[in-house]
Amino acid sequence: MINDADKEYLEQALSRLSGKIPSSIILKLRDSIVNSQIEITREEIDKIMEMVMKDYLSSLVHPGEAIGVVAAQSIGEPGTQMTLRTFHFAGVRELNVTLGLPRLIEIVDARKVPSTPMMTIYLNPEYAKDRDMALDVARRIEYTRVEHVVETVNLDVGGMGIILKLDPVLLKDKGLTTEDVEKVIKKLKMGDYRVENPDEYTIAIYFENMDTVTGLFKIREKILSTKIKGVKGIKRAIIRKKGDEYVIITDGSNLEGVLGVKGVDVSRIETNNLHEVESVLGVEAARELITREIKRVLEEQGLDVDIRHIELVSDIMTRTGEVRQIGRHGVTGEKTSVLARAAFEVTVKHLLDAAARGDMEEFKGVVENIIIGQPIKLGTGMVELLMRPANR
Amino acid sequence: MRSSSKKIDPSVHVLVPKHEVLSVEEAFKVLKELGIGPEQLPWMRASDPMARTINAKPGDIVKITRKSPIVGELVVYRYVVSG
Repeated sequence: MINDADKEYLEQALSRLSGKIPSSIILKLRDSIVNSQIEITREEIDKIMEMVMKDYLSSLVHPGEAIGVVAAQSIGEPGTQMTLRTFHFAGVRELNVTLGLPRLIEIVDARKVPSTPMMTIYLNPEYAKDRDMALDVARRIEYTRVEHVVETVNLDVGGMGIILKLDPVLLKDKGLTTEDVEKVIKKLKMGDYRVENPDEYTIAIYFENMDTVTGLFKIREKILSTKIKGVKGIKRAIIRKKGDEYVIITDGSNLEGVLGVKGVDVSRIETNNLHEVESVLGVEAARELITREIKRVLEEQGLDVDIRHIELVSDIMTRTGEVRQIGRHGVTGEKTSVLARAAFEVTVKHLLDAAARGDMEEFKGVVENIIIGQPIKLGTGMVELLMRPANR
Repeated sequence: MRSSSKKIDPSVHVLVPKHEVLSVEEAFKVLKELGIGPEQLPWMRASDPMARTINAKPGDIVKITRKSPIVGELVVYRYVVSG
């Protein structure tokens, strides 16, 4: 609690702190001063500011602190308690999602494709409230080929024809009609043919100039793998209620393709494929996604790791403007020091290559200095004494 | 499905923080404050979708304002490299 007259003074004092300490701390500080039980005077405000500043500075990481090692230990130690079980049912009955240690390894290895690619697609308000509208979008996203709605395929070798019998249940499930399927098939370039419909769910195609059965087999494969609708890579799309809106959860991921679908909320779409996010939304989004995914994996296992350690990992992974793995083909492999690289993996190859090229070892890092038994440039080892003989 | 002419704007997405290109004077001021050369900043490719959206060229310094759960607003810089 403070006097009304002192309010402006408080604001001035706080604005002097901004830029020196994080904005979230300033907000909290203002809250706790204004809502305090006792009355606070101007001198006390000054004193508080001074103490907060002192406290903040003393809790910063010291120059020369080995933050990388601390981060590695902070993630690694709780990581030993993670389950090795790959599959976990994350709420959706039909979908398996890789979580736990395998997923963590996948993220820091920056694999091109995750083992269970998955998207969560939020919808625009006019689609999100209504189940049928959401289902309609889901059907437009799910990648459907002719073979997905066919019950049986028969070859009529005598009349050189292919008879497709469609499954009514599957057709209804995908929101298609026999005409839709027929239309897609007619778009194919197959030479001269005529189409007959003996009954509602049967399409019979007879070819005029087909002489070999092998040709018929080829055409059958072509027809069955023809796309009816959907986005490439999306194997399944399921709708699920989240809060008061419907969201679509997919098996398979194609960020660029799904972004073009009408009704999709572009600003909230989620995927677990790092490289798709990097190429569509940029490296900063990929950094944010790495942080969120690692945090989610750890939290899901009940592990509480400070987010600063995780952010260090994602910062290092995205430092060069593209996502690099933590390992031989990424961060460690690009170290300048030969000995540091050789100490990690494939020792002989690195030493031979370095010898052939005539590389220099500058002994600036930690690993190489430990190898030859010199003090490492960390903590108190960072500083050196400088003597100026002329000033004696 | 999607025509290549209809490019979406990545900056509307929740994962993407605010990016802006610094003017030369601002860039010099930032580097002087930090006491480092531009290549010591984290990099960003000129082909990055966000770099193209804000029209950042190699050699530019991009100011990125992240929303962080622990410190509120956080300003970082990236140096645009070719590639």
